[in-house]
Amino acid sequence: MSALRRHATIALAIARKDALAELRGRQAVGSTIFFAALVLLLFGFALGPDSGRLAEAAPGLLWLAIVFGGLLTVARLHQMEADDGALEQLALYPVDRRAVYAGKALAGAGAMLLLGGLLFPVVAILYGVPLGAAWLPLAVTVVLGSVGFAAVGTAYAGLTVRMRAREVMLPLLMLPIVAPLLLAAVKATVAAVAGDPFGELGAWLQLLVGFDIVMLIAGAATYGFLLED
Amino acid sequence: MKTRILGFAALLAVAAATVNGLFIVPADLNQGDAQRIMYPHVASAWLAYLSFGVTAMAGIGYLVRRDLRLDAIALAGAEVGVMFTAFAIWGGMMWGRPVWGVFWQWEDPRLTTTALLLALYAGYLLFRRLTDDPHRRAARAAVVGLIAAIDIPIVHFSVIWWRGLHQGPTIGDPSKILNPSAPPLFVLALMGMLAAFTLVWGYLMIRRYQLARTEWQIEEHGRLGRISAARRSFITESITEEAAP
Repeated sequence: MSALRRHATIALAIARKDALAELRGRQAVGSTIFFAALVLLLFGFALGPDSGRLAEAAPGLLWLAIVFGGLLTVARLHQMEADDGALEQLALYPVDRRAVYAGKALAGAGAMLLLGGLLFPVVAILYGVPLGAAWLPLAVTVVLGSVGFAAVGTAYAGLTVRMRAREVMLPLLMLPIVAPLLLAAVKATVAAVAGDPFGELGAWLQLLVGFDIVMLIAGAATYGFLLED
Repeated sequence: MKTRILGFAALLAVAAATVNGLFIVPADLNQGDAQRIMYPHVASAWLAYLSFGVTAMAGIGYLVRRDLRLDAIALAGAEVGVMFTAFAIWGGMMWGRPVWGVFWQWEDPRLTTTALLLALYAGYLLFRRLTDDPHRRAARAAVVGLIAAIDIPIVHFSVIWWRGLHQGPTIGDPSKILNPSAPPLFVLALMGMLAAFTLVWGYLMIRRYQLARTEWQIEEHGRLGRISAARRSFITESITEEAAP
């Protein structure tokens, strides 16, 4: 039990460090949210002024914007370590690598949550979708989606951060992996907004939970190998 | 030499299975000759899954043993698997056109899953090419191959649910052909094709493995050459410096 508590303390310390760096003017999350909101605005232009079509496509567009923004977010969280040469120090900490992974994933999930939480109102306003009524299932979906994306993203950003052409490699590797997450999150959002007429919301949320658990375990098990070199 | 014999055996087996599938086994009552695509299509899809399983296992093996030969096996699995996946998708599209009327059927979970599979492992192969150090590349690729393999079942189930949680199997679904009610002659033809393709698979795996080992030796040779060249130029420089007044 005490080992678990020690790991949790380490993870929280790492996540707190990332949050502090962000608060003290790194602006990574802020500019990412702005980028994702811009994507939503451009989707509006691409799909034309027909508001009915926009409202229909809104859940899919929203989650695509979250995925695009999320790619930048998880990349930033590792890039800022590499830029300052802090990645080596992170690797040299005499602590369990799984705790380091948990900390970075927690920071990533927090940033994703902020991104998702702020994009939902943007979609509600821009595309005229009534999201307020179903806030609870939507909040659960965003939390589960954020955790899953951060779980994969932390491992893959750690993998690509010191690579050539990392800007291309990270999306190339991550997008097919998160395809089931995107699918489940969009379906859950559609079901939640419509008031769950077919009773399928639970199944999609379960799929998200399953994805989160599997990817967290996989990430924790492999992150140590990525910090090694 | 043994590998060459295997190669000829694979060639003969594929020729025999092709003749059997095209001319000897009768055509399907509903789908006609188009159904004959099923034999190579299903066989290559199965071998693609086998290849990716080999890649994941060899990757885990590398992370435990740190033996570059295991990494060569992982590479062979991914590359041969991508080839079989692409072949399966191509066959599926050729089959889908006459049977469903379209090349691409979004409602078919297998087709969409396989497309993602191709993207996953094409990414894996691209990823490998961008890392130079052999051990670093092997470790990172092992992680990528492992996460991709874990993702496959999740993709599969999510796509099946996506098609509609309350919808029964579509008529003309490829899986229908393989159910126990399929005529034994068809099943036998498929098994023959699978055996022939497995020989091809084994031949390609061995050849790709050998090639990977040779590539590694060349890389190593080049690295040693660069090191000794750098050492030589360093010595020459220090000699000229000493000689200077």
